[in-house]
Amino acid sequence: MTTTEKKVVLIVDDDIDSLTQLTLHMKNMGFEVVTGETQKEGEDLINKMKPDLAIFDLMMDNKDSGFILSYKIKKKYPDVPVIIATAVTAETGLMFGLNSDEDKQWIKADLYLEKGIRYDQLQVQVKKLLKL
Amino acid sequence: MAVLKVLIVDDEVGIRSGLTRILKNFSVDFPFVEEAFTFETIEVGTGEEALSYLDSTPIDIVLLDNKLPGIHGIEVLEYINNKNIDTNVMMITSYASLDLAIKATNNGAYNFVPKPFTPQELKTAMEGITKHLYLSRMTKTLNEESKQVRFQFLSVLSHELKSPINAIEGYLRIMQDKQVGTDLNDYEQMIERSLERIRGMRSLIMDMLDLTKLENGKKKREITKVDVVQIAQISIDTMTPLAAQKNVKIFLDSDQPNIYMNADNNEMEIIFNNLISNAVKYNKTNGTVEIKIATDDNKISIAVSDTGIGMSEDDIAKLFQEFSRIKNEKTKGISGSGLGLSILKKTVEDFYHGTVTVKSTPDVGSTFTVEIPKNY
Repeated sequence: MTTTEKKVVLIVDDDIDSLTQLTLHMKNMGFEVVTGETQKEGEDLINKMKPDLAIFDLMMDNKDSGFILSYKIKKKYPDVPVIIATAVTAETGLMFGLNSDEDKQWIKADLYLEKGIRYDQLQVQVKKLLKL
Repeated sequence: MAVLKVLIVDDEVGIRSGLTRILKNFSVDFPFVEEAFTFETIEVGTGEEALSYLDSTPIDIVLLDNKLPGIHGIEVLEYINNKNIDTNVMMITSYASLDLAIKATNNGAYNFVPKPFTPQELKTAMEGITKHLYLSRMTKTLNEESKQVRFQFLSVLSHELKSPINAIEGYLRIMQDKQVGTDLNDYEQMIERSLERIRGMRSLIMDMLDLTKLENGKKKREITKVDVVQIAQISIDTMTPLAAQKNVKIFLDSDQPNIYMNADNNEMEIIFNNLISNAVKYNKTNGTVEIKIATDDNKISIAVSDTGIGMSEDDIAKLFQEFSRIKNEKTKGISGSGLGLSILKKTVEDFYHGTVTVKSTPDVGSTFTVEIPKNY
């Protein structure tokens, strides 16, 4: 981290263990972490603060909570990078990866990460997104 | 009223117009279907014309003569089969022979009507083919729907199973990388959480098996005379350790000291365990659970009330869906498979023709009432 002030990451995930682990990883990377556990908490946090990075779980109160949060944060702060972290792809055989331009238009996220994320992978991806 | 498109393929004009005339004022209805079927005919004189129609227009039924000037009826039939065209074929020919009949039915013709035929013979044949067409289409639709439901169920199930695996894997990797140092004590919480997730997964798998057994009717049942009050007491004893964690008190109140009915002991335990464990889990600290068992000549009613977090109308609507768990601030940290109430409802309704009803007020509590007819 080059700046003296810590960068802030917003993490919203309803799986308490996933949230704990992501929080630990991001703190180890030198971030200050703000967390929410429901879509509603996420929405409230988005209204209150502008993070440097956001990580959202996909399936929370609603099956598409992550997409909704993504959409809302991008509307307010188009420059904040968003990561959607979920296990959905492998389960349903559906592709949610942001591969085509069409996907990018409706899924307002910069990166899609499949859960079971490893710390080293997360580090690489976050650095890329924040151009660190 | 549903109109079926009939393609008449015959080189004799008289036969074609005769068929059209018979079908024009004819309708088919079945006691199990609300609407009647009528017929709209299209007439062609050659097999080649038939093929071009079949390629461009959806046709429900083809009345097909075999001996045609160009390609024969049997070749039209082959074409339909090779291209998997969704239509039903009835062969109509004056050269009725066993050979052709066998060949035609082998090639997927539904039926065979020899010329000359009376209007009544044709009508009877049309009734048969219409019924066949309707049933095969219904079956197809139902199969697709059940595949869809199954897919949704499996994708939610795999999400529920993958989440704990991801969580445990995550903790193990953190330990492997020694991300919080080399003192094992600092990982205590992670180990505890991993074990908790394993417990959750195990109970999900057990619930899944219960539900599957209920659904395919493979569950072994043993109906004996059971005492509902006694089963309630056993269930209370089972749930007492769970209740003690939140200092929840459980009270049992029954009309009579013993209430007997013919039932499967395990199923009755499942009903009580589900009701009471929910009433404890979703209760407040120092809350109470009240179980009221009442009986009259016709039914036994079991009401379990709690002083817990309660539910909104919207929540209640989703309550009995598989894997539906109400997620909000108040349910944070309460674990469950999301299958308990599905199992309860299936057991009560399918095996005992009873009902499960819910009344709830947010922040005040919920009452689940199970009513089982005595001669279910």
